[in-house]
Amino acid sequence: MTTLLIAEHDNAHLKDATSKALSAAKALGAPVHVLVAGSNARAAAEAAARFEGVEKVLLADAPAYEHMLAEPTAALIVSLASSYDALVAPSTSTGKNVMPRVAALLDVMQVSDITRVFSPDTFERPIYAGNAIQTVQASDPKTVITVRTAAFPAAPEGGAAPIEAVGPAEDPGLSTVTGAEMAQNDRPELTSAGIIISGGRSLGSAENFKTYIEPVADQLGAAMGASRAAVDAGYAPNDWQVGQTGKVVAPDLYIAVGISGAIQHLAGMKDSKVIVAINKDEEAPIFQVADYGLVGDLFSILPELKEELTKAG
Amino acid sequence: MKLLVCVKRVVDFNVKIRVKPDGSSVELSNVKMSMNPFDEIAVEEAVRLKEQGKASEIVAVSIGPQQAGETLRTALAMGADRGILVKTDAVVEPLAVAKLLKGMVEQEKPDLVILGKQAIDDDSNQTGQMLAGLLGWPQGTFASRVNLNEGALEVTREVDGGLQTVGLRLPAIVTTDLRLNEPRYASLPNIMKAKKKPLDETSPEALGVDVSPRLKVLKTAEPGGRKAGVKVASVAELVSKLKTEAGVL
Ligand SMILES: Cc1cc2nc3c(=O)[nH]c(=O)nc-3n(C[C@H](O)[C@H](O)[C@H](O)COP(=O)(O)OP(=O)(O)OC[C@H]3O[C@@H](n4cnc5c(N)ncnc54)[C@H](O)[C@@H]3O)c2cc1C
Ligand SMILES: Nc1ncnc2c1ncn2[C@@H]1O[C@H](COP(=O)(O)O)[C@@H](O)[C@H]1O
Repeated sequence: MTTLLIAEHDNAHLKDATSKALSAAKALGAPVHVLVAGSNARAAAEAAARFEGVEKVLLADAPAYEHMLAEPTAALIVSLASSYDALVAPSTSTGKNVMPRVAALLDVMQVSDITRVFSPDTFERPIYAGNAIQTVQASDPKTVITVRTAAFPAAPEGGAAPIEAVGPAEDPGLSTVTGAEMAQNDRPELTSAGIIISGGRSLGSAENFKTYIEPVADQLGAAMGASRAAVDAGYAPNDWQVGQTGKVVAPDLYIAVGISGAIQHLAGMKDSKVIVAINKDEEAPIFQVADYGLVGDLFSILPELKEELTKAG
Repeated sequence: MKLLVCVKRVVDFNVKIRVKPDGSSVELSNVKMSMNPFDEIAVEEAVRLKEQGKASEIVAVSIGPQQAGETLRTALAMGADRGILVKTDAVVEPLAVAKLLKGMVEQEKPDLVILGKQAIDDDSNQTGQMLAGLLGWPQGTFASRVNLNEGALEVTREVDGGLQTVGLRLPAIVTTDLRLNEPRYASLPNIMKAKKKPLDETSPEALGVDVSPRLKVLKTAEPGGRKAGVKVASVAELVSKLKTEAGVL
């Protein structure tokens, strides 16, 4: 009985999603091995080895795994699968891309986006944008799970696991990366930030995100997010979208600015510890989940908020 | 170039669902059903490829009860050429859907299959990737741009850090994200025309696929509610409450 956790990393660093998914993997009760599939990814493997409760790190280091493309990565995981009863990955865009392919190749029905582990085969997961919570029991000989990282704490460091080289498996050679436009900034990542400030359609432009949201985010050391409407309109990049079909976050503080509070948005942020809503419509549904609501025009409130926060230090 | 698009009939995204009092599942009777929004985007993309002369035929497939035929009619009204209903009253999980779709692919031999990234009822986000795995085909998931040129397929994907573009060998699987396109509304004349387009029926048995569920639903519950808090009168009050009362600053 061993669990294999697929690490999320950028070859040089391990992502926070990995340590949160590790907490879910450990909850299955079996020893945990971590697979780092990457290219020149020893640093990420060493980071994985430092987590408490990791028995062994498997490092598959080959050019084919540089971007963790689904086809070669799934082939690798399948080649290792016979030694494991459970295969676990965080519900990141990589995990969501790779794990169902693995599950199908193993003839297993995946359990997506688990929020709780009851036993090695029984899990809780949200459906219908979190408007219902299902408890499901898996019956396949192996379990394939993706983990909603916002629902699990980061596992502590304090281990020193050995690193073992594995693979590479045969690369099916079906796809190649031909381009990337990745955000470059020093802000915390949306899914691991302690504070998030998100803007909606009402911001009206990308410039207004810069003029109104960004100074407050800077002052708070916060990550920035957005509603779908703001992303669709081009005011914010796609990876800022919070919601049912975007990112699911649970920071200590979530500030929703000019966001109505559609169920699809709430699905991505309603487990935040403290929610603040700023909206000019006092009937906006966002106020039903907000701990603190401020009714008014965001264009006058945000500059004032920046001032008050600076004063408060 | 032949295209297959997969459309699921789901509870309309505007409906506030209710959990059945016995906790067995979600109430589906007398609830407005529609095509899964991501599948509208899939159909739209297929129709655009055909309009650009890059595809010759679009076959729409749905797995579900008789009423899923209506969802297929919507796809036909948007511009698909033919529909196939894999009729079943069972709840079919993504793995079994993928197996049924594999059967359809073997029968129809498309060059490209377009699915939604996620069905907004089960929120699984699995089927396209599973189908790609079963077929041994490449997958371009969460697509915000699809570029098909003389047998070369490029897909721009919405990923956690931004956008990634991949080149895929054909035949391939694409799953749609929200920014890929804005689906059209079917016009009345096209709705009328769609009634005459062919809609075939088959079944899991005919495709030789066992659709028995692998996951047992032990319970379906309402989520823990969140209570509305207080309204504050000013920015100063907000900041002071966040500092002293909530302790998050
Ligand atoms: C398949 C599907 C998936 C979806 N996934 C997501 C998702 O993941 N995430 C998501 O967010 N949405 C998602 N949506 C969209 C969702 O249904 C809503 O349309 C969207 O969240 C609305 O965004 P918004 O609140 O910015 O815009 P609106 O609903 O237009 O709200 C704007 C708000 O701003 C307020 N306002 C206007 N001007 C001001 C001002 N000057 N000062 C203060 N307040 C002001 C208004 O009162 C209003 O409440 C999805 C929809 C579908 C169909
Ligand atoms: N019953 C079904 N009939 C047709 N297509 C489906 C069905 N279930 C899932 N799909 C397709 O698979 C996509 C992802 O679904 P899921 O994996 O359930 O989130 C959907 O957007 C559809 O395109």
